[in-house]
Amino acid sequence: MSVAPEPPWALLAELTHGCPLRCAYCSNPVKLNSRSEELTGDEWGDVLRQAADLGVVQTHLSGGEPLLRRDLRDIVAAADAAGIHTQLVTSGVGLHEARLAGLVDAGLRSVQLSVQHADPARADLIAGARATGAKERAARLVREAGLPLGLNAVLHRANLDALDALVELGLDWGADRIELANTQFYGWALRNRDALLPDPDQVDRARGTLERWRARLGGRMELVWVAPDYVDATAKPCMGGWGAVSLTVAPDGTVLPCPAAAELLGADAPNVRDRPLDWIWRESPAFTRYRGEGWMREPCRSCELRTVDFGGCRCQAHALTGDAARTDPACHRSPDHGVVRALVEAARGPAPDHPGYAYREGGT
Amino acid sequence: MREAVAGERPSGAAGPNAAEDELVRPDWRPVLARSVVLRRDRVRGADLLLLPERVVVLRGAAAAIVALCDGERDVAGIVAELRRRHPGAPVGDEVPVFLGRLRAERWLR
Repeated sequence: MSVAPEPPWALLAELTHGCPLRCAYCSNPVKLNSRSEELTGDEWGDVLRQAADLGVVQTHLSGGEPLLRRDLRDIVAAADAAGIHTQLVTSGVGLHEARLAGLVDAGLRSVQLSVQHADPARADLIAGARATGAKERAARLVREAGLPLGLNAVLHRANLDALDALVELGLDWGADRIELANTQFYGWALRNRDALLPDPDQVDRARGTLERWRARLGGRMELVWVAPDYVDATAKPCMGGWGAVSLTVAPDGTVLPCPAAAELLGADAPNVRDRPLDWIWRESPAFTRYRGEGWMREPCRSCELRTVDFGGCRCQAHALTGDAARTDPACHRSPDHGVVRALVEAARGPAPDHPGYAYREGGT
Repeated sequence: MREAVAGERPSGAAGPNAAEDELVRPDWRPVLARSVVLRRDRVRGADLLLLPERVVVLRGAAAAIVALCDGERDVAGIVAELRRRHPGAPVGDEVPVFLGRLRAERWLR
């Protein structure tokens, strides 16, 4: 038996898979939960109280688009009453002045807004919807409400060369922080991988741009870089380790060690409708399966990086090799790394005029 | 993301605007920014500052100092209160520096 795990710090609450946007890079699962399967507001309140008792102090209220939940204000209030710090993760579509005021009143502390591209037409193509106007308005309202504003820009082939404009947009909109998050290939992003995967030279150029902006901004606006693991040939310390730091609750109450783990776990994924969150975190087979280092094989088992990257991402190992206990193929030391390298090499060269994304269906 | 901040020994590891440390005036009435929450974590037995993307674990006297930042007391009042609680401690030197660091991080305003 393994020792009792440390308590979790954070909970990602995916309140709905419904979304007015259909972003090609979305990490939601290809098989989306329907609105009728979603937890009720009362069930979310209960989940958040259980999470607080377990040690959770932060929640990211996400989706899909969490503003599609009419009871979002009650969910925020329940989190705040349980002592959990709340951040809304939104497309900005549907964030009107009165709505935001209600959320702030309920205890909302921070907003993270997605941006797809600084150029509206290109942003629309990536998002599969028109949203730039709504986003600009949402940013203004968040600033006026006195909440910190973070922007999240998922980076890929069609926007890595436009980083300057994204940073300028962040300054223009008064953001405190921009997360420049290279696409991680799960869900819809995995389906669209050929269209999203950048030329490695694009990544090099973007890194240079990032360093120039960091030097110029000197902390005025924080720039966070989420590395492209395929291109860097480096396994990421996914989720800070399996079942180590945070948990995800999907719209239907499925509890996952990582937002992408639904496919890997399948029917083994526990649900808050069946079990207490405490049992799920501490004892469920789903959470203990890859916790710690006992599951590791070579080359991870004897690798000095295992305490740094925790063997990389289990979901990626599963998606690319069919075996979740193998070394993450993004790692250059993985025996399966050739698969990733071939994809990256094939991405060299100019991008086509139209990327040909597969857009998610059944959004709202 | 988690990190620790000690109250009693402000190190040189201040935020991006460390120069602001010197601008702490005795009549400033510090208060936590709206996005920052001071919380006792009963599960871990720790005092925390909760921020949008990070959690700061407060060590030593840090939580007691932050708890006095209610927007009503000024820095001189906070120092006086801590001096009353801890006679002989070097609060007059250390507390303003600590508050300046937290302001440089934009956790206090």
